Amino acid sequence: MIEISSLSKVYAEATVVDEVSMVVAGGSITAIVGTSGSGKSTLLRMINRLVEPTRGRVVINGRDAATVPGHLLRREIGYAIQGHGLFPHRTVAENIATVPRLLGWQAARTRARVEELLRIFQLEPAEYGAKFPHQLSGGQQQRVGVARALAAEPRVLLMDEPFGALDPIIRGQAQDDLRDIQRRFGTTVVLVTHDIDEAFRLGDHVGVMSRGRLLQYDRPAMLLTHPADPFVSRLTGTADRALKLLSLTTAAQAMEPGAAAGDGPAVAATDSLRDVLAQLLWSGAAAATVRRPDGSAAGQVTLAGILARGRSD
Amino acid sequence: MPRPATLLRLAALALLLAFLIVPQRFAPLFVPFTEYGAPPIYDQGSLPMLALAHLGTVFAATAVSAIVAIGLGILVTRAGGAEFLPLSRTLVNIGQTFPPVAVLAIAVPLVGFGELPTLIALFAYGLLPIFENTLSGLQSCPPAVVEAADGMGMSPRQRLLAVELPLAMPLILEGVRLSLVVNVGTATIGSTVAAKGLGEVIIAGLLSNNTAFILQGGLVTGLMAILLYELMGTVERRILRATHLA
Repeated sequence: MIEISSLSKVYAEATVVDEVSMVVAGGSITAIVGTSGSGKSTLLRMINRLVEPTRGRVVINGRDAATVPGHLLRREIGYAIQGHGLFPHRTVAENIATVPRLLGWQAARTRARVEELLRIFQLEPAEYGAKFPHQLSGGQQQRVGVARALAAEPRVLLMDEPFGALDPIIRGQAQDDLRDIQRRFGTTVVLVTHDIDEAFRLGDHVGVMSRGRLLQYDRPAMLLTHPADPFVSRLTGTADRALKLLSLTTAAQAMEPGAAAGDGPAVAATDSLRDVLAQLLWSGAAAATVRRPDGSAAGQVTLAGILARGRSD
Repeated sequence: MPRPATLLRLAALALLLAFLIVPQRFAPLFVPFTEYGAPPIYDQGSLPMLALAHLGTVFAATAVSAIVAIGLGILVTRAGGAEFLPLSRTLVNIGQTFPPVAVLAIAVPLVGFGELPTLIALFAYGLLPIFENTLSGLQSCPPAVVEAADGMGMSPRQRLLAVELPLAMPLILEGVRLSLVVNVGTATIGSTVAAKGLGEVIIAGLLSNNTAFILQGGLVTGLMAILLYELMGTVERRILRATHLA
């Protein structure tokens, strides 16, 4: 858990972060979204004290971050950035081993951890461990960057536009991977992005920042249905907010008993209602059958049920 | 089959060594440059000893230049040292623009004749390339890489030693190489203040109006500069390969 209270950063004349308070629940993903210059990156960097706060406090898992020397604090907190920042003169394995080495782990433990992470990120250790960053594709470099951030098993992971340099297809895969890995390790993730769709896709909670202030911090659906500020509704977009809302709900949540008629498409319980709606429109059916992984029918999602959930009330 | 460039280097090395060890064999080549039966080959001292003394002076001066210039380059790229950048640059620039001969003229009354004034002149002359290259090398480290080093929890010292200096190394070595080679030529002026070196040969030629001596002094110095340039290139490539930068 990260408790941020009245955190501010003031440079000479400019207040970059203005009295931000928020609580990030342990084991969740919080996405902070805002335009460039909104202060979101500065807020993130004050959590691991790459930027020293002017005022306010950050308490991470019960300990005031200001009571620990900055570089020691940062060894306990994962940090991944846009453009990965891999060390070009070190191999992939050496890059991932950076923090374990700083912490003085035994060589065998470090090696085992590096191999474990490489496998998790679908990079065969024997093939990729000894390669240099410039020999990898952009998506692979980004994965190594996240693996390096996770190497010392941090309970908190900070990410600054980690997928910003990736093309859309690889980005989607990287976002899914992050979700899986976050669930697997129970890591508390704070992610900064300018992409509202990314924030909605990944964030259990989403914070919206503008001009140094945190305008709203809530569950994604609440940002759509109850925007606290005109800027929030502009950012989330008013034209397609019904569809955005549907994309936040899974088929399982809207499931009704029974099975769709023969021409209805089959969907998975984890599919979003937006995807189910698209399938229904395409097939012309009025209901889709929700199937379990073994193929048996768990229930159905009807067009009427979806439409009811996309309504503004 | 070695490449032509390698063959050329080996030929240059062989020529230099042959001339230093058995200079008399080359006498017929230099006779046309003498008058009134003057000796065609330098005979007032041992050529190999002069060459070694020459190199020794150059290496010693460049080593001190490198330590000071790299140290200054590191200092002015740290958060606390940035304000010394203009001052350092000015000092180093003066070292380069002030003619080494003038440095000798000033140094001799202070420290006397011999090696020391020459070392001072070469030291000052060699600072600029190393300092500027260290600066460019450290400043051109990708910001994301430096930020990652901080974000991983490296101390400033660890970041410097493990990330910044290795990444700046190609440029720093290039600066050292430049200083070294330039100083091989410049060191000949040391002989005007009684430092041991190949300048003696040239000066002896000037004093006795013997063009053969002047040619020999220039030739040996030039060959050494070229060979040193090539040797440093090889050393650089070895170091970079060992640190995975090439």
